This record gives sequence, C-alpha cells and structure tokens, in this order.
Amino acid sequence: MSVKIVFNHVRNMFSDKEEKKTPTPPKKKSCTSPNCTCSQPSSAFINLDLKSMIGSQGMKNTADDVSTGIDSIIDSYEPDKAELPEDLTTSCGSGCGCNNGSHQTQNNQKTGVHQLFDKKVDRRQALGMLAGTVGAAVMTTGCSSIVDPKIKEKAKLTWEEYFKGNFRLMTDTEKNNTVKRLERLTQLNHRFHPEIKSTQARKNVLYGYAFNISKCRGYMDCVKGCVKENNLDPETGMQYIRIFEMKKGKMSLEGADGNYHHEVPVEGNFYMGTQCFQCENPPCVPVCPVSATWKEPDGIVVVDYDWCIGCRYCEAACPYWARRFNWKAPKVNKEKVNKQQHYLGNRVRDKGVVEKCTFCIQRTREGKNPACVEACPTGARIFGNLLDPKSEIRWVLANKKVFRLKEELGTEPKFWYFMD
Amino acid sequence: MKKQNNIVALRHFFGDALACLTKGSAKYHLWMGVLTFLMIFGAFAYWIQLKEGLVVTGMNDYISWGLYISNFTFLVGIAAAAVLLVMPAYILSDVDFPKAVLIGEGVAVAALVMCLAFVTVDVGGPHRLWHLIPGLGYFNWPDSMLAWDVIVLNGYLLLNLCIPFYILFSRYKGVEPQKKLYQPFIFISVFWAVSIHLVTAFLYAGLSARPFWNSALLGPRFLASAFAAGPALIIVILSVIRSQTRYQIRDAILHKLALITTIAAQINLIMLGSELFKEFYFPTEHSQSAIYLFFGLHGHNSLVPWIWTAVILNVIATAVLTLHPFRRNFKVLVSTCVVLFVAVWIEKGMGLIVPGFIPSPLGEIVEYFPTWVEIGVTVGIWALGLFIMTALIRVAIPIELGTLRLSDKKLE
Repeated sequence: MSVKIVFNHVRNMFSDKEEKKTPTPPKKKSCTSPNCTCSQPSSAFINLDLKSMIGSQGMKNTADDVSTGIDSIIDSYEPDKAELPEDLTTSCGSGCGCNNGSHQTQNNQKTGVHQLFDKKVDRRQALGMLAGTVGAAVMTTGCSSIVDPKIKEKAKLTWEEYFKGNFRLMTDTEKNNTVKRLERLTQLNHRFHPEIKSTQARKNVLYGYAFNISKCRGYMDCVKGCVKENNLDPETGMQYIRIFEMKKGKMSLEGADGNYHHEVPVEGNFYMGTQCFQCENPPCVPVCPVSATWKEPDGIVVVDYDWCIGCRYCEAACPYWARRFNWKAPKVNKEKVNKQQHYLGNRVRDKGVVEKCTFCIQRTREGKNPACVEACPTGARIFGNLLDPKSEIRWVLANKKVFRLKEELGTEPKFWYFMD
Repeated sequence: MKKQNNIVALRHFFGDALACLTKGSAKYHLWMGVLTFLMIFGAFAYWIQLKEGLVVTGMNDYISWGLYISNFTFLVGIAAAAVLLVMPAYILSDVDFPKAVLIGEGVAVAALVMCLAFVTVDVGGPHRLWHLIPGLGYFNWPDSMLAWDVIVLNGYLLLNLCIPFYILFSRYKGVEPQKKLYQPFIFISVFWAVSIHLVTAFLYAGLSARPFWNSALLGPRFLASAFAAGPALIIVILSVIRSQTRYQIRDAILHKLALITTIAAQINLIMLGSELFKEFYFPTEHSQSAIYLFFGLHGHNSLVPWIWTAVILNVIATAVLTLHPFRRNFKVLVSTCVVLFVAVWIEKGMGLIVPGFIPSPLGEIVEYFPTWVEIGVTVGIWALGLFIMTALIRVAIPIELGTLRLSDKKLE
C-alpha cells in the first residue's frame, strides 16, 4: 500500500506539468530583504524612485523573448528605451532595482516567507505528506517506540524531498514548501539555520559582466570572496573563478598559469579571470538528460542540485571549464557558512551533483553585486544590467573595444574582456 | 486451453533453464565461481564509491569521464556488432549464420547490460535515476543525446531479449517459430543496432567544447571499429563453444565472420590514418589532444605507450587477418581476434575518452590514472557481463541441439 501512495504522489507531482509550463501572468517579486542598502561605493548606485519602478513593470519585452546574440538582445531593447523611466536607467550597475523594498508591497504574488502562511493543502500535498509519514514509518520500523522524534522528522523530510519535482516546474507553493523543508533539514543535518530564498528573476534584467584586463593584478581576492560567499568546499579547494597569469605577447590560454603561488603582479605578465560566462546560448543546457540545468530569464544558467543525476555531460559540454562536480560530500562549517542562501545558488549541496557560478544569484537577485565584484580591490570587475542603457556595463560595451573567449563557438557569453 | 498450456510451458522453461545453469562440469562451476567472486569484489568496490562519492575514482573536474565511460563506449560497439549476424541470418537467408545468431544476440544482451551498469556506476546520484523516466521525471528528449542513448540502449536490449526468447521458447516447445511474428522486429533491430552506435558517437561528436571528439568521422569510425571488435569476440566465443560443447559450428561461419572482421579492421585503419593526417599535417590548437595522446604534451605522456600499443596491435592484427593463409588457420585466427579486440578496447576506450579532456578547455593539463576502486568496479561489471553471456549461451545450446525440450509428460 505504501508503494502505491508514493507512486500516486509522484504521478500527481507531474500531472500538471503542462499547466505549469504555460506562461503565468506577469507577477512581481518581493524584495524579501527590505534592509538591502546596496552599499556599493560606486556613485552609479542611486536608489530608485518607487513609482517609476512600478511603472516599469509595464514594459513589454522580457529577457527570454530574445534568443539571438547579445548585441541583438540589446538592440531589440533599444526601442523600449523611451519607456524606461529615467530613474531606473540610472540605477545601480546591477540593474537590480534595489530600492529598499517598500515599492513592492503592492505585489499580488507573495514569495518567500509570506507564502508560507497562505499554505493551502491540496490533494497532492496531502499525498506528499502521507508519503512522508509512510517513509518515516518505513525507515524507523523496528525501533519506532524508542526512536528520537528528530530522526523521524528527518526521515520524513528526506523522503518528501526525494520525491519532489524539478524546481523549474514547481508551483510557487511547492517551491516554498521545499525551501521550508530544506531549511529544516539543514538545521537537522548541519546544525545551523539558513535563510533559503527562491527569489525569481527580475523583469527587464539581463545580467552581464565585464573584466578589465588592464586593471587585474592577480590578487585573487575575488576567488576568496567567491569561495566564502558560495560556501565552496574548503577540503576539495573548489573554485568557480580561475585567474590565469599570462605572458605578454599572446592572448591564448595555452601555457597560461592558472595555479601560481607567488607575489603578484609579476613584471611582464598580465592576469585574466574566467568563471561561468552565463552564455546566452549555453552548450551545457541542452545536453542535460533530465533538464536539471537551464537559463533563467535574467540570463543566469542555474542547476537544480536536487534534480541533477550527476552524469557530468554538462561538464564535458562546457567550452570554458565553468562547471564543478561534487566528487565528495562538501564540508559545511556551521560557523563560517554563509546563511543567506538561494535554492539555485549557494545552499548546501549533496555529493554527486554539479554546481557552478551563478553570478551570486542569492545576492544579485536581491539587488547586490556578486561577491567577486565586491571583493576586487582594483575595480577590474564590472557587473550590471545589459538592458539598462545607462548601466556601467553598457558604457563599457559602448566605449571600449571588448572581446569574448571562443566567440567562434557561438555560445554568446555575457562576459566581456576589455583593456584601458 | 492453449493459453494455459503456454503458461505451464513457460514455468517449465524457466525451471529447466535454471536446472541447466546449476548443473555442469567442474570446469563450468569454477568459471562461474570465479566470475561470482569478481562480481562480489566489484560490488564491494562500488559500495565504497557509493559511501565516499566519486572522489575515490581517478576522475576529477578536468577528467570528468574515465574508465567507466570508456568501457561503456567500447561495449556499445560490441552490442551493435550483433547486427552482423542478425542481418545475414534472418534477412539475407544465409545458410550458416542461423547457427551463430543466437550466440551473437546473447553477446549483445550481455554487452548492453554492461553498458547500462557502467553508466549507472558513473553517475553521481544513481538513486535519482528515476528522473529519467518519462512521465515521472523529466526526460530531456530530443535535446539531449544522452536521452537518445537511454532510448536506443534500452530499446535494443528489449529487442535482443525478446526475439531470441521467442525463438528459443518455440523450439523448446517443439514448435517452429513463426517468421511473420518475429521478422518485423528483426528489421527494426537491424536499424536499431546501427543507431545505438551512431547515437553514442554523436554524444561526443556534438560537443563543440572538445575538438578531439567534435568530428564527423567519429560516428563512422565507431561503426568500423565495432564491426571489427564485435565479430572478433564472437569468433573467439564460437571457438570456445566448438571446443567445449557438442554444438556443431561449421568452419564456414568462422570464415565468413573472419572476413567481416578483416574488412572492418581495414576500414578502421584507413579512418585512423585520415584522422592522423588531419591532426598532424598542420597542427592547430585543436590538435592538442591528439598530440597529447600520440606524443605527449609538455612532459605529460601517460597515454603515449597505451595508444601506441593499440596502434601496433591494430596494424599487426589487420595485417595478419588480411593474409589468406593466416586467416584460414583457426589457431592464428583466434589469437589475432584477441589481439584485435584488445587493440580496439584501448583505442576506443581510454584512448578516445581521456584525451578528449586533455588539455582542458582552458588549456590546463591534468592526467588521469584510474584507482583500484574504479578498476575493481570495472572488473566486477565485466564479470557480470561474462556471467550473463555464459548463462544465456548455456541455456540456448541444449535447446538448439534439441536435448532440452518440453516433454508431453510435463504438460499433463
């Protein structure tokens, strides 16, 4: 009987897949971090006018309307420039719309904490809960009378998590339920309480990145910032960012040193950083046999860690060596861990799944810059909204001679290099 | 009434098969015992890998596929090679091949089980493989070549289980199998066999990130090497059967198979030459992997002796097979087939997969050395394959010989 219930649950989980795929009416996202102060020193950071921000929601185009190259994406947005409120266009480079929260109180869709109080139990959830109970019962059979309730709870939550669906196909309620379960499971397994968000992509935002080769000195503060922000495993030394020390006179990465351990900068060398370039045409996405990785509307390529089967086909498909695999269970240090997490970002990963740079989705979707940008002491890193003509990144693209790595592959990276 | 008889017959079929499997000479029991021991050893190694993660293998973010996927790639070819027996036996109405076709299909089943096992041990989350099941999970078809591979491999396994089962079961009952019932599936399986290997080649050839694989020649070359190594293996197996059982295999079958092997091996060498020309006439940055494989790169050369062994064995085997007197000498033929099999295993296994990752897309060179856990699991899976193959052939032969039959007494 238990098996039947479980399968019913699973079947139900996917029964309304079609319905979920159809585009939902435009919804606003709430800034769940009302104290976001956007503490960037850059003068480009200006708090937004609330009314104009709300007005901007009327824009027609969204990032996923356009599937061709970056230039055409930007071009396709030019006609809409007039519609962009002046204040928005002078927003912070990240185009985040970090605006101290209150403008979004009119949201009809609630995300984050709000939705938890609105929980409605439907048949499918009831089955899920039932499955969870059954699972807990199965797992604790034999010592049920003396078993620790925490173990029971853990078993139940683990079981429910095991049978959940692909994040991209979840309803908002399901997303919130899984976030709640994951927070509790982290508490039970790792003894700290994270705040896991499932913030969606902002409207009219397409993230882009520029790297100033003239300014980078190879200090690697970005790498440290990234490791800390994204809770990368210190034991395996996993890093999303690579900094290559290159000999002047050629631009090929062949022969570049990505593993230097000496004082920098070295005379006669220059430094070039790589990370996930969040390709507009990412080769890693179509290869996934279970669609555990995809490009979000704001251009970030993400991985659903709980859906990934760990085949590593995406790792083989990436021409920029941007993906990492958890060859062992990553070590989580509850004192040092970053508790501000995102479902698609820096939350605790299991062994055997792929992860990657997400432009610090947990930060950028809250209107902050990625950790590497914040950490860079030389100002070599520029991040922003490509759809905002007044953003710093657009200024770089318009005024500098830029290039991208392996452009001939047609991947359209949203990561440009330039020189002063 | 007839239906009921069939169910009873089916029960007896499996009962008799089991009896057939558990009785045998000391040599047979020793063989199966050794295989069982190796399987248990492999299971132990896999248990360690499950507990610790894939960190216990030699793979890393640079070399993200290793020994497992190498063996998988090679074995898909072995499975596909069954078509070389199926087509002449069932479609071209060859007089000799029907004797060997069931054995070819048994080899295909064993190879496919090994393929699926190698993929399963390679993934990081085998418990999440249900995400692949359409309806329950999200099957990314037709975008992902891996999704295609799941379909073609499982479909081919199903075909190769059902067709021989129908034929054997009919013979067991003493009825002649009806051609019109199984012929359509034979046609499907012929196309399917070619597709399993092409799809597997496309899995690599589709990756623009890896210039070593991103070649139109990869698919045809896969087929050529498969049609060399597959029949070579079947020649060896048929020779063993001929020496160990009463099952009559006529020389003509072996001669025909040897001819197929020879031609395929020759074509494979031509393709190797054409690939070497392209890589080395004017080497570009895209030739780095080939340079690493054949000559070493910046002092890293762990695969160099490995690939030259394969090339030399390949050339020797092809040359020997090409010469008429050698090919027609069964002792020489069998040992040459073993040599050819090993050569293709190296060339299409580690010699194809590992250099694809070296240097990394960012130009870094990290070499790959399999660990004992990885080797243990691999040996275990090969033992599993040989075990299944032996079992299938052991049941098939007495039925083909007519010694294993459903007696009327049992039906009453």
